[in-house]
Amino acid sequence: MLKQIEGSRAVAEAVAMCRPQVICAYPITPQTHIVEALSAMVKKEELAAEFLNVESEFAAMSVAIGAAAAGARSYTATASQGLLYMSEAVWNAAGLGLPIVMTVANRAIGAPINIWNDHSDAMSQRDAGWLQLYAETSQEALDLHVQAFRIAEELSVPVMVCMDGFLLTHASERADIPEQAQVDAFLPRYEPRQVLDPGEPVSIGAMVGPEAFTEVRYLAYERMRQALELIPAVRAGFAAGFGRDSGGLVRPYLTEDAETVVVALGSVLGTIKDTVDELRASGRKVGLLGITSFRPFPAAAVRDALGGARRVVVVERALAPGSGGIVTADIRAAVDLEICTVIAGLGGRAVTRKSLLSLLQTSELPSLTFLDLNTTLVEAEVARMSAARRSGPSPENLLRDLGITASRIG
Amino acid sequence: MFQVRFHGRGGQGVVTAAELLASAAFREDRHAQAFPSFGSERMGAPVMSFCRIDDKPIRTHEPVTEPDALIIQDPTLLHQADLFAGLGPDGYMLVNATRGFGELGLDEFVQGFHRDRLLVVPASSLAMIHLGRPLPGAALLGGFAALTWAVSLDSVLAAINERFTGKVAEGNAAAARAAFDFVRDEREALTDA
Repeated sequence: MLKQIEGSRAVAEAVAMCRPQVICAYPITPQTHIVEALSAMVKKEELAAEFLNVESEFAAMSVAIGAAAAGARSYTATASQGLLYMSEAVWNAAGLGLPIVMTVANRAIGAPINIWNDHSDAMSQRDAGWLQLYAETSQEALDLHVQAFRIAEELSVPVMVCMDGFLLTHASERADIPEQAQVDAFLPRYEPRQVLDPGEPVSIGAMVGPEAFTEVRYLAYERMRQALELIPAVRAGFAAGFGRDSGGLVRPYLTEDAETVVVALGSVLGTIKDTVDELRASGRKVGLLGITSFRPFPAAAVRDALGGARRVVVVERALAPGSGGIVTADIRAAVDLEICTVIAGLGGRAVTRKSLLSLLQTSELPSLTFLDLNTTLVEAEVARMSAARRSGPSPENLLRDLGITASRIG
Repeated sequence: MFQVRFHGRGGQGVVTAAELLASAAFREDRHAQAFPSFGSERMGAPVMSFCRIDDKPIRTHEPVTEPDALIIQDPTLLHQADLFAGLGPDGYMLVNATRGFGELGLDEFVQGFHRDRLLVVPASSLAMIHLGRPLPGAALLGGFAALTWAVSLDSVLAAINERFTGKVAEGNAAAARAAFDFVRDEREALTDA
């Protein structure tokens, strides 16, 4: 049924239809609306799940691990520092092969503290062994959760569904909410590959030494390879059951004859599509490649989509200090093309069509660009730092220079 | 695409108003997108929200920087910098105030626009009468319907009734109707003159 609905609420409704048996929740902006909505459904007995208010994110993931190991379909959600705080357990969930689904409402990581969107949080867990699927719209965020349970349980791996904090979680958009029967038909009952059962006792999570640790990790690598085949199959199955194309590995947009292809993840894809249309109207052959599955990284699909391009511009909402673009590194390993990295939208800075237009109309881009960088502000701080040893805390210096008392639009 | 920016203060229902407008447009089978300005939510702090309405799916996720219409929920924000930023000469503006543009110090500003597209409506007073609380959002949307015809009053009322129940729904709906009538009459007076 079509609804005008907040992204968080749409995701909560989708998660509820997946019939999770255990939901562990610890509040953190901008994820909170999702678990709030789920807790209300449990309270009203619309959803038969064990809802656990835990004392921290570390506990949230630990409880999810215990619940999944006991054979329950388990769900949690977090963001930013919360994801970091649960990081040890995040790796454990993957290492144990437990099919937990978690929403990451993407938000920057401090310091300086910042509640707004970027992808630093999810990217910090890039190698934890979880699948990472990035949503472009509220609709896709909703759909990806349904697909995530299916993929996670079939492969016994945990899946992170990444949706841009505020931009999607707090936005009211049109979404087609599926029927319970459709979800039931698509998502079979959870049949755990391993389960803590007093009737048939096993131990899960034993120490493994050098004799088998590499083999354990090899199997994890192998499962990710299988995921590369399963994700497109689940996309096709979803389209058949729901009449909508959502998910998959990559989503090319006007790439076929494109000389420049922009690569990006998440909600910025929509803004870039508008930009591509405008550039196309003025005769520029520009295309866009959306990466839906960042882990596993679909190198072959990326190669196919970028094959004919002369130049690739990777727009990244995170930064690897001392290296550059995080997504860029994977793109570079997949294709031998000219690649420029654009760091954009950090800590909630708006990525605007105007800035993207001007960027993509530049014929010679440097290998790394910070979109809309306020160079005057940076230079003033650099000058301060060379003028005096005790130049003070940079973030506060920058704010003082800006005369900021409240946050601005862009 | 029709883009609206709401300005108000935390606690005045600025985000709810944008969501109600999106919901009203959705009822008219249009595509809509509403979202807040993502500030730290504090009572009384300046807050913005945005709403886009279009006949085709809305793909962009950037803030509204060139609004077709502004809805100002709190007149004490009027002289803050950037409040009118990006409003073009064909734009609309509805201000929640009991005083006219002259008394608000905006006589010179409004001259740059179509005079019948910029109006004040005493939305908080109407809300006090009909709802018993100074929450101007619903009244402003009623007035907005009369000012722009971007959505119909019926759709605004339906959105209100979907969001609220009982006396709160009734009060907000009555305030929206009263503001609609007020703005319609003001516009007619300006158009005739």
